[in-house]
Amino acid sequence: MPAMIELTDACKTFTMHLQGGIRLPVVRGVSLAVMPGECVVLSGPSGAGKSSVLKMIFGNYRCDEGRIFIHHQDATIDLARAEPRQILSVRRHTIGYVSQFLRAVPRVPAIDVVAEPLFVAGAAREEGRSRAGSLLRRLNIPERLWSLPPSTFSGGEQQRVNIARGFLPDLPILLLDEPTASLDAANRAVVVDLITEKKRAGVAMLAIVHDDEVREAIADRIVDVTAFAAAA
Amino acid sequence: MAEQMMHDGAAPLMIAEGLGKTYGRLVACRDISFNLYSGEVLAIVGESGSGKSTLLQMLSAQLTPSAGRVSYRMRDGVTRDLASLGEAERRFLFRTDWGYVHQDPAMGLRMAVSAGANVGERLMAVGWNHYGRIRDTATSWLERVEIDTSRIDDAPRTYSGGMRQRLQIARNLVTEPRLVFMDEPTGGLDVSVQARLLDLMRSLVSELGLAAIVVTHDLAVARLLSHRIMVMKGGQVIEAGLTDQVLDDPHEGYTQLLVSSVLPG
Amino acid sequence: MTAPVYNFAYLDEQTKRMIRRAILKAIAIPGYQVPFASREMPMPYGWGTGGVQVTAAILGPTDTLKVIDQGSDDTTNAISIRKFFAKTAGVSTTTSTADATVIQTRHRIPEAALSEGQVLVYQVPIPEPLRFLEPRETETRRMHALSEYGLMHVKLYEDIARFGHIATSYAYPVKVNGRYVMDPSPTPKFDNPKMDNCAALQLFGAGREKRIYAIPPYTTVVSLDFEDHPFARYRHEAPCALCGADDSYLDEIVTDDRGGRMFVCSDTDYCETRQASGHRGSERAAPHKKDHAHG
Repeated sequence: MPAMIELTDACKTFTMHLQGGIRLPVVRGVSLAVMPGECVVLSGPSGAGKSSVLKMIFGNYRCDEGRIFIHHQDATIDLARAEPRQILSVRRHTIGYVSQFLRAVPRVPAIDVVAEPLFVAGAAREEGRSRAGSLLRRLNIPERLWSLPPSTFSGGEQQRVNIARGFLPDLPILLLDEPTASLDAANRAVVVDLITEKKRAGVAMLAIVHDDEVREAIADRIVDVTAFAAAA
Repeated sequence: MAEQMMHDGAAPLMIAEGLGKTYGRLVACRDISFNLYSGEVLAIVGESGSGKSTLLQMLSAQLTPSAGRVSYRMRDGVTRDLASLGEAERRFLFRTDWGYVHQDPAMGLRMAVSAGANVGERLMAVGWNHYGRIRDTATSWLERVEIDTSRIDDAPRTYSGGMRQRLQIARNLVTEPRLVFMDEPTGGLDVSVQARLLDLMRSLVSELGLAAIVVTHDLAVARLLSHRIMVMKGGQVIEAGLTDQVLDDPHEGYTQLLVSSVLPG
Repeated sequence: MTAPVYNFAYLDEQTKRMIRRAILKAIAIPGYQVPFASREMPMPYGWGTGGVQVTAAILGPTDTLKVIDQGSDDTTNAISIRKFFAKTAGVSTTTSTADATVIQTRHRIPEAALSEGQVLVYQVPIPEPLRFLEPRETETRRMHALSEYGLMHVKLYEDIARFGHIATSYAYPVKVNGRYVMDPSPTPKFDNPKMDNCAALQLFGAGREKRIYAIPPYTTVVSLDFEDHPFARYRHEAPCALCGADDSYLDEIVTDDRGGRMFVCSDTDYCETRQASGHRGSERAAPHKKDHAHG
């Protein structure tokens, strides 16, 4: 069985032109693989580059050296060298990303924010909304909020809308950046359940989790990012 | 496999190759190349004088390039060099398969003619000859751009700036173009009006599967609307790529300056 | 006392040749506006200087000229143009449509059917039908060249949106020979069907705007419209008060200051010809029995 994600010697450095061109190495020599149905958790202190690794895999940060192989539509694609439209296709069909913050579009109701990835993939309005609704209900977002834009919600509610949006589509890869950061115990448990279900469905996941309990519950393997810390 | 090719490997909608424009010794644009695919939104950003408007004019066949060429895949599937089109063909393209949203709605609308006729004009231009059907179509487009349909017989000079801009969009989209050019579409509007317009454009573009080329100096507009971005400076593209990639991980000094000049949103 | 000596029909021969060339070109391209070097005429713009130049260029010594203004032979404008050519060309003049070889008109087409060999010369104030929606002349010319006439329907659309029907009642746009859209000058749309397949040659002269255009005999002229709002002639729902005609274009004449009015043929020659052959309308058949004086 091929790995869903496979990084070999991936390297990332920021060059800050506005500060006289100083180079800020972020990570170097990142090599790791995630198999279908596996949840790998990245560990390490803040600033070690965990989020940067996720962003490189999502194509949000460019990769300076090395390879980022993604299993995409029955083929392997190197995201470090892919065209923008290939990356977009990967995001549409293969990789989901749950960030810490919801980048809410003004005026769009929560239910449509959640269902949007389904709409983009061609789902009908009603079907998309009904699936989005049942996930929001599971995450304890009261139905009266569904038709409101999430920009008016509390931090925890926004986070759960964001989780629903990330977990709703059936994508084979999920990147999770502290999905439980501002959740209470009940909702954390829901997220753990969701992750377990995704695993059972064969989804490959790479996660950053600070909560020990959650990490314990979901991690099949832990990769310490300090090993990739770029010597300054 | 063939089907896969048809789907993902379809030919680009527009191809720019080595585009350049000089005015005597002044270089307005130099060596610009890219492919644009169906359904893709490309933002061209840069400050005034960076050549982005010149580029937009060349891409929309309003200005003849000094070097290079622009090709477009017509509705019949044949990709043609824009310079090889006759004037009649070019104007027909402009009225049917292309849209052009001007920064100043007065440039893109007939200000003294009713909103309904503004929307209906492109239909009449392609031979629609049934008043009732033209009016029904205009009405449904006003609804889509959130203009109260009771204003259908009012001239846009009685409209607010935001309404005018939405009317301009309806007028352009009524013939179901495949490519829309937008020149600073939110320029000169209040921030709250901008947000509504951006949201509307974003949903229309994705519902209709439109390709769009948006010239803007506003990075927030680029981030919200576009898939890809090209950063221009001194007539050249200095950085290009996925919009979130270029804005979150800018490599060029100038792009970093642009990004860092934006107030946090 | 010696009267001033004019060249035949006032204009010099070179000018007439120039105008004839423009006319020939206009006939060759039906409905197309041909530019010409319009001359100063001894009358103000708006009085028919374009029509007069066309008439001057085509008139021969054996022609018989009729001039009408709003259908009438005896208004100031019609009389002065008729006298102008009687004096400068010595041609015979008439008020009879059937007897005329050249008819210069402002705003009407005679009711009597025109025949082969006759020429109808229109005085045109604004030749460009697209002008009111597109003021740029460069753009309207390009639109004509490329047959981009969607804008013409915008005008008709506006009419229906505002009034519920196509309210344009004069200068109603037509398409000539399936190609050029043309402004038929400010004739009422009642007359539009007479332009279609007409046996006579129709020439249009716009003096101030320096344009000549033409409809050759037996040319298709179609009034623009919508499928669900087809072109319709309009006339007042009444017979002529003088001759009883129920198929002619009528003028409304206010007879007193209490709302009294009557309708009479706008074409005076047509009306008089009918009366001479015994037709009578209400005014003639039963003279007024009102409690106030009039007349």
